[in-house]
Amino acid sequence: MDLSWYYLKGILMFAGINMIPVLGLALLTGFTGLFSFGNAAFMSIGGYTTAFMMINLGVPFIPSLLMGGIIASLGALVIGKCTLKLKGDYFCIATLGFGEALRLILDNFQYFGGARGWAGIPLKTNLTTVIVIDIIAVIIMANIVRSRHGRNMIAVREEELASQVIGINVFKTKMLSFVISAFYGGIGGGLLASYLGFLQPKMFALTKSTELIIIVIFGGLGSISGGVIGSLVLIILPELLRSFANWRLVIYGVVVVFIMIARPEGLIGGKEITFKGIYNLFKKIAKKNKKDLDTTREGGR
Amino acid sequence: MTNFLQQLINGLSIGSVYALMAVGYSLVYSIMNFSNFAHGGVIMFGAYFGYFFITLYKLPFPVAFIASGLCAGILAVVIQRIAYKPLMDRKAPFLYFIISAMGVSIFLENIVVATIGPTFRTYPAIFSEIPIKIGALNIGRIDLMMFVISAICLGFLIYLIDFTKIGKAIQATAYNMKASTLMGINADRIIIIVFAVGGILAGLAGVLFGMKYTVYPQIGNITIKSFIAAVFGGLGSIKGAVIGSILLGVIETLASGYFSSQYRDLIAFALLIFILIVRPVGLMGKVTEDKA
Repeated sequence: MDLSWYYLKGILMFAGINMIPVLGLALLTGFTGLFSFGNAAFMSIGGYTTAFMMINLGVPFIPSLLMGGIIASLGALVIGKCTLKLKGDYFCIATLGFGEALRLILDNFQYFGGARGWAGIPLKTNLTTVIVIDIIAVIIMANIVRSRHGRNMIAVREEELASQVIGINVFKTKMLSFVISAFYGGIGGGLLASYLGFLQPKMFALTKSTELIIIVIFGGLGSISGGVIGSLVLIILPELLRSFANWRLVIYGVVVVFIMIARPEGLIGGKEITFKGIYNLFKKIAKKNKKDLDTTREGGR
Repeated sequence: MTNFLQQLINGLSIGSVYALMAVGYSLVYSIMNFSNFAHGGVIMFGAYFGYFFITLYKLPFPVAFIASGLCAGILAVVIQRIAYKPLMDRKAPFLYFIISAMGVSIFLENIVVATIGPTFRTYPAIFSEIPIKIGALNIGRIDLMMFVISAICLGFLIYLIDFTKIGKAIQATAYNMKASTLMGINADRIIIIVFAVGGILAGLAGVLFGMKYTVYPQIGNITIKSFIAAVFGGLGSIKGAVIGSILLGVIETLASGYFSSQYRDLIAFALLIFILIVRPVGLMGKVTEDKA
């Protein structure tokens, strides 16, 4: 298999780009307990907005990207207004409906190329941009989760009625989470647009939304590091299996079912990997080694 | 007027096939409270079973039709045993069921792509192409057969649910699984029966659908519309699913007849969003209170 740096860089960028919508969805699903099957739609809003700003208005890349995120959040504000009152399954289905409806609208909207797609988007995404944005995204997300709003979200996830009783505005909390996840989705979509240089509504179909939620669950609900690791593993692994072509997705389906029945808590299961944690781990290992060394010395004596 | 009636007939015919598919979603939802997205895969397999029984094994149509239904029923039960049973035993939240179902659906779709190939396949002509003429109306023989067969199957299903002992047990389990188990109903067996019945109907619907259009691995993307119909009628209600499907079929054909066929799917999804905002439980769904 040809594993040139160019190829590897492409995969890493793709994983890094996908990480951003996954992080957004991790907040919505893992910390707020809402399951959306429509987050690919926010990616498409972000992607098309970024492309429009860059091509038609001549705005530089980063402001266009931010605009993509903002428009996606505005979209979430409207969709959330209609759907966030729905319970469990029905919220899922409603987001699914919105996602597919948007895709079908884009399919028929000839100004953006319709179903054939929109080519010629300036290629501005590079590995450095992706890594920098990923790091910023993780830091912001970690702070959101630890803020008052983040704790409210966790409370809503655990017991909606109880958190309402103690004075949390459930609707507002859910909305905040939904809007942030849409912002992340929009940024991811914008990066994707200028990485591929090409957009097609088909790229943001139900399959994409499913993929995002599968990555979140694979990494582990209620964990930011889970989202990061999940997107790295689940994007890179299928790419490396590309020589299997058709069987790749068959295996993918089996793996998804297997995770659901065998390891539902996901890869790292609600825990976080922090610098402090890694430091403590190393310290523990060092201590243990020293102790082992001591005991062997004693044994030798 | 003739145009309207013509569209109405086409709508009824496609709506009745949607109904065959939609009741599968509703049956499973009524008992297990989750949307079984693997159902589309079972429908797709049904269409392929029928295709190969007819072309490869040269079975006569009625035999092939029933055999594909049975095979699809077995497939649905196997899926339940492998992908949902462990989750049920663990009392996992509904999302895990949905993700598991999505995994199954990805698996089913791609195993067909990997083994049989992604090409479109067309059923050999089983019914004559010459439509039946009533006045100025043309009724396709396939359309008529679709409607008649679907109506018979649905009638049988409603008989099964409303007038037999098994049906009563299904209703009891749907109402309260724990209490029905205490009354001596084997809930596990009821779930198997529900999946088998849903799967058989899905297989039959798959054959009818494949006969009218073509067979290809992504057929499940179209069957998502039958899911919309189930939501429209109220998830968990069999009669709701039937009414929702017929209405969706008619609305869809009328819309594509009078506006543009490009907007056919868009209308279906717009209807889904509209019904969820206006009346989330659908036309005939039961209103559930948030338990705390």
